[in-house]
Amino acid sequence: MNFDFTEEQQMIRDSIARFVQDDYDWDARKAIVESDKGMSDAAWQQFAELGWLSIPFAEEDGGFGGSIVDTSVIMEEIGKGLIVEPYLATVVLYGNLIAKAGNEAQRAALLPEVIDGSVLGTFAYVERQSRFEITDCKTTAQNNGGAYTLSGEKVVVSNGTNADKAVVLARTSGGQFDRDGLSLFVVDLSGAGVERFGYPMMDGQRCANLTFDNVAAELIGEEGNAMDVVDAVVREATIAVAAEAVGCMGTLNAKTLEYTKQREQFGVRISTFQALKHRMVDTMMAFEQAKSLLFKAMCEFKEDPEKADVTIHALKVLIDRNAKLVYGEAIQLHGGMGITDELDIGHYAKRLMMINSTFGDATYHRNHYASKTYSA
Amino acid sequence: MDIAFSAEDLAFREEVRAFFAEHFTPELQGRLRSKEFKNTIVEWQKKLHEKGWIAPNWPVEFGGTGWTPTQKYIYETERSEAGIPGTVPFGLSMVGPVIYQFGNQEQKDYFLPRILSSDDWWCQGYSEPGAGSDLAALKTKAELDGDDYIINGAKIWTTYAQYADWIFVLVRTSNEGKKQEGITFLLCDMKSEGIKVNPIISIDNEHSLNEVEFNNVRVPAKNVVGEVNGGWTVAKALLAHERTSIADVAQSKRTIRQIKDAAAKEINCGKALLDDPGFQGRLADIEIELMALEFTELRTLAAMAAGGFPGPESSLLKIKGTELQQATQELRMEVAAHYQGVLPTDLDSEQLGHDFGSEARRNFMYGRASTIYGGSNEVQKNIIAKFVLGLE
Repeated sequence: MNFDFTEEQQMIRDSIARFVQDDYDWDARKAIVESDKGMSDAAWQQFAELGWLSIPFAEEDGGFGGSIVDTSVIMEEIGKGLIVEPYLATVVLYGNLIAKAGNEAQRAALLPEVIDGSVLGTFAYVERQSRFEITDCKTTAQNNGGAYTLSGEKVVVSNGTNADKAVVLARTSGGQFDRDGLSLFVVDLSGAGVERFGYPMMDGQRCANLTFDNVAAELIGEEGNAMDVVDAVVREATIAVAAEAVGCMGTLNAKTLEYTKQREQFGVRISTFQALKHRMVDTMMAFEQAKSLLFKAMCEFKEDPEKADVTIHALKVLIDRNAKLVYGEAIQLHGGMGITDELDIGHYAKRLMMINSTFGDATYHRNHYASKTYSA
Repeated sequence: MDIAFSAEDLAFREEVRAFFAEHFTPELQGRLRSKEFKNTIVEWQKKLHEKGWIAPNWPVEFGGTGWTPTQKYIYETERSEAGIPGTVPFGLSMVGPVIYQFGNQEQKDYFLPRILSSDDWWCQGYSEPGAGSDLAALKTKAELDGDDYIINGAKIWTTYAQYADWIFVLVRTSNEGKKQEGITFLLCDMKSEGIKVNPIISIDNEHSLNEVEFNNVRVPAKNVVGEVNGGWTVAKALLAHERTSIADVAQSKRTIRQIKDAAAKEINCGKALLDDPGFQGRLADIEIELMALEFTELRTLAAMAAGGFPGPESSLLKIKGTELQQATQELRMEVAAHYQGVLPTDLDSEQLGHDFGSEARRNFMYGRASTIYGGSNEVQKNIIAKFVLGLE
């Protein structure tokens, strides 16, 4: 048993922390979020040069051959720095889907451009009616003698305004809710028949609704049998956002603790009030508990992604509950300052809220946890 | 003990419904969400004033309605059912009551009618950067110069200062004795020379908060309400009125209804969210607590009808009311799921595929302030501990 990070993982962690410190301070981030594109191409190129975009991919595909732990180290630091560049959408989702579903030729064609930072990607799977049920899919793809065309709509697509390419989940057979009959396609989003309706999100990221009207699409993986790959990648991405949440929570706790040691009311530092001390102890414990379950999920996932299934449900529930406690107290203990747009506290809160509604919220995961665990 | 509505109550309910249906038109409701907010809410308040319903909590002699607690309950319930916002509190729920309680005849004659008619828009000069929960630590000072006070300092978190005609402001007029003993309650014209309003954007991405700077602002000494150096008594009375209005159970009930409607329409893989036992459990927990708070509020209303003014128990309403507002706002965000984070653009709800995510976000984000303003909930617990439980 060993919960230490390797020297290599420590180096990755340090390199992102240094990047945030040198090139991504609060003013720099604010300028990026308010820019037209809502992300920095220069930062993305830096990510490529530093090797971060290659982390999860196999060495034979030109990657670093990292594990879920490496990805989580990056995501935790992304959370601490509140980095808005689309690492989750491009690397963890789009890249991993291609790496896991694509054949050798597809991997050779599509992964290098992710790794060198020249292509941004996303996974388009949410539909108006689907909420967190990925299999509730109306988008269809037709096989016209080996060439597929895709029609339908995906909504709130992460990185949807900037992605060059998307892996799109579409139905090739079966009914609207069926697990069977779903397939994955790579779609060039600059191609004919694609329309985007973009909008900013409260956490500074950009999403879009994408409509497809007979768009040329390339099948990846087995037709009609996409869900095993989707489940595997979404599990990995769920651990990744949990790591990001842990990064946000730790930062919020540290900033709040610091503030209460400085802020004076009634002639004393507010950190001397017992009622507030206890609450900061509660948020510290919430953070440590979340981190522990993250470690458990990572360990199990490394052994066998399937094995981590129930723990991942538990992790998402605990992250939701503990993040709400942590950001709620962070805002409250900062008083009026906590509800200003100027201070970073509210922005960490917003990212945590978005994470809570990504890949299923607490109600969704609690139900799944219960139904997979309890029976009379 | 009974809560049955009498025939008069039922007739009153019909009258309220008919009035709202006729005057709170969809057109007016739409304008409340626009840049026309100020003019629109004033237009609406003037309609209530003409009807005589603008100040249900004021004594009849000053322009109140003379309603029974049951009628107030009916009115608030119907208001919430109709989706009508509460009146802007700074004049009607805050400074108005302290003027009729502590003001002199001249102040009552001049200010109260203008508050009732919404001709004056008020804002609140209480908090300062160094005086939040510790309000009595305020430093903004007023020095007597002939018949005027000259104010210097700054107030913060001043809601709607950008619209205001008047500000009521707590100033330090003495440094003698305890810090509570040198505070005076002053009424100040926002057009006075030397006032500067600086906007603060809050985490709902909106501008309602401000910092208000005072640089040698002259205010006639006759604008002191209550005693000079006796402002702390006035300030506390105002806060008690403010707290009672913050609970806003009717608004939380409306949010619960919106949650139920939306969760019934949220159907995934053929199953409605409202039928999901996990979701039902969350909703039931909140609704049950709210049900209790509604009766706590009614008990307070009844006590006020008997005694006149809210006491320290209004702190309970403030704490529970704001906690439940936040709980309902949070649950509505969860119903919005992926759409909870969407910021407004030119896209309409049809293109977006959703119609309440942005509103839920705005309410939730600004709702975070409710446990901080009006005396933070931590301060409210201290008040209950000291004045209700006698814990020193």
